[in-house]
Amino acid sequence: MSSVELHVHNPVEDLLRQDRIPTIWCPGCGIGTTVNSFAHALLGLGIDLKKTSIVSGIGCSGRVSGYMNLDSFHTTHGRAIPFATGLKLANPELNVIVYSGDGDLTSIGGNHLIHAARRNIDLMVVCVNNMIYAMTGGQAAATTPGTSMSTTTPYGAFEPELNMPQLVDAAGACFVARWTAFHVKQLERTMAKALNKKGFRFIEVLSPCPTYYQRKNNLGDALAAMVDYKKRSKIKNGCNTWETALLPGGDIIVGEFVDREREDYLTLMRRQLGSNYTEFPPQAEEEAERCCSEC
Amino acid sequence: MHADPRCVLTGTHFINGDAACCEGALAAGARFAAGYPITPSTEIVERFAARAPKVGGLFIQMEDELASSIALQGMVWAGQKSFTVTSGPGYSLMMEHIGFAAITETPCVFVDVQRGGPSTGLPTLPAQGDMMQARFGSHGDYLTIALCPNSPQECFDLTIKAFNLAEKFRVPVMFMMDECVGHMTEKVVIPAADQIEVQPRRHASKPPSEFKLFEPGPDLVPEMAHAGEGYKVYVTGLTHDKRGYPLMNPQSQRELVTRLFDKIRRAADELTIIEAEGLDDADVVVVSYGITSRVAQRAIQMARDKGLKVGKLRLICVWPFPEKVIRDLAPKVKALVVPELNMGQVVLEVERCASGQCRVISVPHPGGTVHKPAEILAAIERGAR
Repeated sequence: MSSVELHVHNPVEDLLRQDRIPTIWCPGCGIGTTVNSFAHALLGLGIDLKKTSIVSGIGCSGRVSGYMNLDSFHTTHGRAIPFATGLKLANPELNVIVYSGDGDLTSIGGNHLIHAARRNIDLMVVCVNNMIYAMTGGQAAATTPGTSMSTTTPYGAFEPELNMPQLVDAAGACFVARWTAFHVKQLERTMAKALNKKGFRFIEVLSPCPTYYQRKNNLGDALAAMVDYKKRSKIKNGCNTWETALLPGGDIIVGEFVDREREDYLTLMRRQLGSNYTEFPPQAEEEAERCCSEC
Repeated sequence: MHADPRCVLTGTHFINGDAACCEGALAAGARFAAGYPITPSTEIVERFAARAPKVGGLFIQMEDELASSIALQGMVWAGQKSFTVTSGPGYSLMMEHIGFAAITETPCVFVDVQRGGPSTGLPTLPAQGDMMQARFGSHGDYLTIALCPNSPQECFDLTIKAFNLAEKFRVPVMFMMDECVGHMTEKVVIPAADQIEVQPRRHASKPPSEFKLFEPGPDLVPEMAHAGEGYKVYVTGLTHDKRGYPLMNPQSQRELVTRLFDKIRRAADELTIIEAEGLDDADVVVVSYGITSRVAQRAIQMARDKGLKVGKLRLICVWPFPEKVIRDLAPKVKALVVPELNMGQVVLEVERCASGQCRVISVPHPGGTVHKPAEILAAIERGAR
């Protein structure tokens, strides 16, 4: 029998660094699912991928930047947002997306999350929330719900969990949403909407972690997590963010919670500086040293 | 290439070292900076915040030093020259990102206006206690460059040098000022822009399809491409291959770390930046750097007035340490006297390189003020016996 080309080109492939596949993610992990939604959102909008950068911190979700065929920055633990801030301010033409995990963005990087939202830096932040430190082997996170088991809470957690949408809403984010890895189409639409908006945009996505969170808590496999997300999710667009806390066994409030207009950092800066700001085209000499027509 | 005249405040000024450092950064081509207020360094970014917008740049005051030390690297990967400015406690917080700049070969400048420590220590008083931190502060193995100015004029001149070396070798350069030099006001002559040499970014000379982000050039330094140029750069703090892709095994670790060392080691001659005087017939040589070198100058004069043969060796570039200079000097002298505003840091390097061939006399000082010339003179006299 002659060989048959079974491979059907998936348009998302062009957005991935094929030479880095397979990923490090475990079977059943939801991070790849969120990346699929993200890639579709990017492709659907037809935005300039050459001008699009992706920045991650450390952790399972921190690896997203390295799989995307964009300008990829895999920074230090918790510091994706300040790196992205520098990138955006020094070249405002760039679309800068921060893609990282709950531990990275809300715990070690929590201060940066607050201040980027306050400044309304023009960044889109995707936070994949698997409710645990998975890369390091299943330790409790600031997002670990209720009395969950983890390797550092062997008798059950007892710290209250963080409600991310409420935090970034209070800090001033102009767009706040939450979906789960089950809501692939809704997530894609929300990501597309956020990509088109200016200012600090924040999307939380709940993701199964069958290897650590679910196994430690006898919550079954990835499919069980999807069934659970489907069963417990309640779509409440425009919901007050103080009502979106993720309580064990309780409703998972999803949707687009905040969509407000606020001038972003650079717009405010230019207005405040007025005539004290001078546009500054580079020196001719510097231009001449560029290598090719693409530069 | 030369400095951009739009950024250079050509003329004769009466300004302090912090202000001169700011002007040096602007002349070197930095139009972006990120920082967090901390005495006695803040004047640098205060001035930069006023000056940068006039030349299309900006200063962003970040929420802490962790943020400012990585935001500046985002600015560099966006194609700009950038720096941050801090002092002791803030410098400690920046250590992780000095390592990130080292492994990602991000050209940038960290200015540390040293004050007394440990911890909060002496916020308004001088010390030179961060010298070993500048060399070994971040975890893991890397080499970097550290310059020590001893006057406001040098704060200007050497800041430009710091940016140029950062670009040439693609390393974070430590600019090790101290409270005295930062707050000292003296004459600073800023030359015309066409008299100021500026090292431009070593930008990719190949198109994206042929370019590898971490492929070393003949001098082991790779060329750089920025975000938004179509190169699809991959920058990671993990040990990586020539494409920048994570590759974590003993061989890739050996290749990368060895190259990070060798690109500096091979340039030892170029990076031997010293000021020497009267070494040829000296019985005793005073080895100093930064503000201490000015006190040492007085002590040397006092010793010469007493008829002693004393030489001066000022380390302008402390890291990499000028090993050869000390190795050559040690057999020819009775003693090397090393005063510094710490309990004995750079003296350890002097001892290592002298290898017992002469006496090495440490003149430690915990900081808070400078040495008295008499303290250094006493050590010189001891060495000459």
